Amino acid sequence: MVSIQLAIMVPFLAAIFIPFLYKKLPRIHIGWFVLIVPTALFIALARFIPAVAEGKTFLHTVQWIPSYGIHFTTYVDGLSIIFGLLITGIGSLVILYSIYYLSAKESLHHFYTYLLLFMGAMLGVVFSDNLMVLYVFWELTSISSFLLIAFWYHRKKSRYGAQKALLITFGGGMAMLTSFFMIYLITDTMSVREIISSIDTNHELFIPALILLLIGAFTKSAQYPFHIWLPDAMEAPTPVSAYLHSATMVKAGIYLVARFTPVFGSSEVWFWLVSSIGLITLFWGSFNAVRQIDLKALLAYSTISQLGLIMSLFGIGSIAHQLGVSENSIIYTQASFAALFHLVNHSTFKGALFMVVGIVDHEVGTRDIRRLGGLMAFMPVSFTIALIGSFSMAGLPPFNGFLSKEMFFEAVVNVSQSSIFSVHSLGLLFPIVAWIASVLTFVYCMIIVFKTFLGPYHPEKLEHGAHEAKIGMLVSPIILGSLIVGIFIFPNVLGDYLLRPGLASIFPSFPLDEMTKPISLWHGFNPALFMTIGVVVVGIIIFQIIRRRKSLYFPPSKWTFDQLYNSTLEQMEVRGFRITTLYMTGSLRDYLVYIFLFLIASVGGIFIFTDAFTFDLSNNAPISIYEILIVFAMLTAGIAIIFAKSRITAILLNGVLGYSIALLFVLFRAPDLALTQLVVETVTTALFLLCFYFLPKQEKENSPQKTKRMNLIVSILVGIIFVSVALSVHSGKLFETISAYFENAYELAGANNIVNAILGDFRAFDTMLEVIVLFIGGIGVYTLIKLKARKGDENIENQ
Amino acid sequence: METLIIILAGVLVTVATYLILSKGVLRVILGTAILSHAAHLLLMTMGGLKKGGVPVIGEGNGIYTDALPQALILTSIVISFAVTAFLLVLAYRTYQENELSQLARGLKDE
Repeated sequence: MVSIQLAIMVPFLAAIFIPFLYKKLPRIHIGWFVLIVPTALFIALARFIPAVAEGKTFLHTVQWIPSYGIHFTTYVDGLSIIFGLLITGIGSLVILYSIYYLSAKESLHHFYTYLLLFMGAMLGVVFSDNLMVLYVFWELTSISSFLLIAFWYHRKKSRYGAQKALLITFGGGMAMLTSFFMIYLITDTMSVREIISSIDTNHELFIPALILLLIGAFTKSAQYPFHIWLPDAMEAPTPVSAYLHSATMVKAGIYLVARFTPVFGSSEVWFWLVSSIGLITLFWGSFNAVRQIDLKALLAYSTISQLGLIMSLFGIGSIAHQLGVSENSIIYTQASFAALFHLVNHSTFKGALFMVVGIVDHEVGTRDIRRLGGLMAFMPVSFTIALIGSFSMAGLPPFNGFLSKEMFFEAVVNVSQSSIFSVHSLGLLFPIVAWIASVLTFVYCMIIVFKTFLGPYHPEKLEHGAHEAKIGMLVSPIILGSLIVGIFIFPNVLGDYLLRPGLASIFPSFPLDEMTKPISLWHGFNPALFMTIGVVVVGIIIFQIIRRRKSLYFPPSKWTFDQLYNSTLEQMEVRGFRITTLYMTGSLRDYLVYIFLFLIASVGGIFIFTDAFTFDLSNNAPISIYEILIVFAMLTAGIAIIFAKSRITAILLNGVLGYSIALLFVLFRAPDLALTQLVVETVTTALFLLCFYFLPKQEKENSPQKTKRMNLIVSILVGIIFVSVALSVHSGKLFETISAYFENAYELAGANNIVNAILGDFRAFDTMLEVIVLFIGGIGVYTLIKLKARKGDENIENQ
Repeated sequence: METLIIILAGVLVTVATYLILSKGVLRVILGTAILSHAAHLLLMTMGGLKKGGVPVIGEGNGIYTDALPQALILTSIVISFAVTAFLLVLAYRTYQENELSQLARGLKDE
């Protein structure tokens, strides 16, 4: 048997070769080469079925990042093989369909590269056992879906839809990643199988991990209120819509819920979230589908609705984990069984419907319900398939949707009578909501068939006259259509070979044979059957009313989640810009104020919170009269600079400061410093004077009074911080200085002057670099003055 | 003595900060010069003042003032001189090219 790692990698490898083949063999439609990949994979995966049906599982590990416990581990069991077969099977049909759908003028190599990328990523999602690997493939599906939605990137709506899908599914992906980290913290393992056995339901991170995981699943599977990206993703080419947005990618979230049901299923939160969000989505999707006028948008909302149905069934199924193995839990495991069954059924009929809509669009030039009608006579095959698909979706016999819809009704009726999880009176809502949603489902299914294929034919509204599609385009929908009927006739073949092993993965500790009954319950009168009859009767009445009113167009509601999404994006941009311009003013003074305020807040805050003020004045040296005089002179000069009206006063006062410091150095027994300070101060003052000769008269500081006061407060605070830090540091001597060592200057360096010995011998590196600084400063000054753009080369920098 | 010098340095820091926050380029450069004065004074004070004689061997009775801060200050004086000189020439050139001697008030006001 083929290694699953290889199976996952094959589409990626094939994707690499697509562009080369496309360039080398321009005459053959590249899709024919691509078709080989999923077909071969489907056959390879199908060979696992007998073994899996016997309850065997296959585990294979390739090391990836062993030091972090991240291995590329694949796990084949019932659940993953169902998804694997769906991905490769429907993938083959979609590629076959796309060969006839896309004309050779499109950039086909892009299309098939993205599609293969998606296929590999999707296979990776369903077969991965390691959380991190699962996440990597999960995001790859988001990226490839993004690329596929924006395939016609010159259209604005495509780009909008792609961006929306990316933002929402990535947001959910991030939530899921966080959840995976939490799960890792709880269980200390990254392997899904080991997590099931070692999860601690009382851990404090259990509920956050559960909720974040569900956010990831809900965003991917377009559950309420994250469903808004799916209708906009319909801008993608129809094969993409059929493959990604009905059969595979949107079921990744459902796969995640099914896979993690053994982990989280015993929790009440899990049951309520999954089943109620599923039901809300079911209702909201079907309600919105009825008002759509674009066939693809209608199908998008119906996908949302059906995904909600599957989701709610998995939620109901999780009750069995709470009850444990007993007679009573059979009805709940049956719900999960129904979910798996409907999952497969939905892929078949929704794939077929999308393909039919694509055919109509392709042959007639529009998907607008208002312009379509009476196509039955022209397109009999498409009509038949649309009829089969729609009736299956509506839940009518003799199609597979009928069986899963019956099982769904049975599950919601059962849960309403349940006594677990304080369901009580709320439980009645389950069958009621489910029933109303089914009525609406019936109505929009009728719309698909009757508005498109029956009624009057309007050739003047169509771009070109209606005629049946090429046979190649019809092959895939015909296969899917026959599957719909085939599953109805032989449901137990599918049930025994695929669904029961799938159920075993969701309920690993349950005895399988007792938990599943064969699908034969469509005989006999039970509440579910009466509910179905009610659906048909009420559905026909509502459809007639809608038809009489000739108007499907409810007033568009203003408060939609689309509106919320758009205004959030817009507001984020506007607010972000506003906030940035608020503080990024471009004024140097403002930035300096921020820096100083931060200094004050951080240093001052630390001082206050750690009570670091220590003032010990006992260690001070005595003060002589000279020093008092000099300090007094410096204080006066310093304060006077602020008030100096003319520049020359300010510069001279600065000179006073410099020379006074030189005097202080003399008093503090630092002759070298005094010398240097004198020289440097003289040169600096000269430089200042030189500059000032070239500068205009100092303008008066005409800042507003408020700014000046702010500046003053900031400066005083900085001064206070400086003084308190200096005093506290000076008061707390931690250890003696190391300067005693330098007093051996004569013995070690042959010098009498200790300061010079340090500069030239002990720490000569500093001096060398300081010389370099001076050197660079000199060069800088020289170049600034000398190098000027000559006349005519003013744009020298712009060349 | 040390306390007095620290307070003096604190006043110089206040003055320097105030000047740096003003608009005239020359005042800003003056502010940086004064700030470096304050830093030198602080370095000096942290080593302790007048703890002994001039740090030249053979002078006094063998107890010297801490020589290390003096070496550090000497380095610092030269570096701040280089920077000040560069800043001054930059201001001069800016005025020459753009006729600007005041810092811009900000993007919003233009």
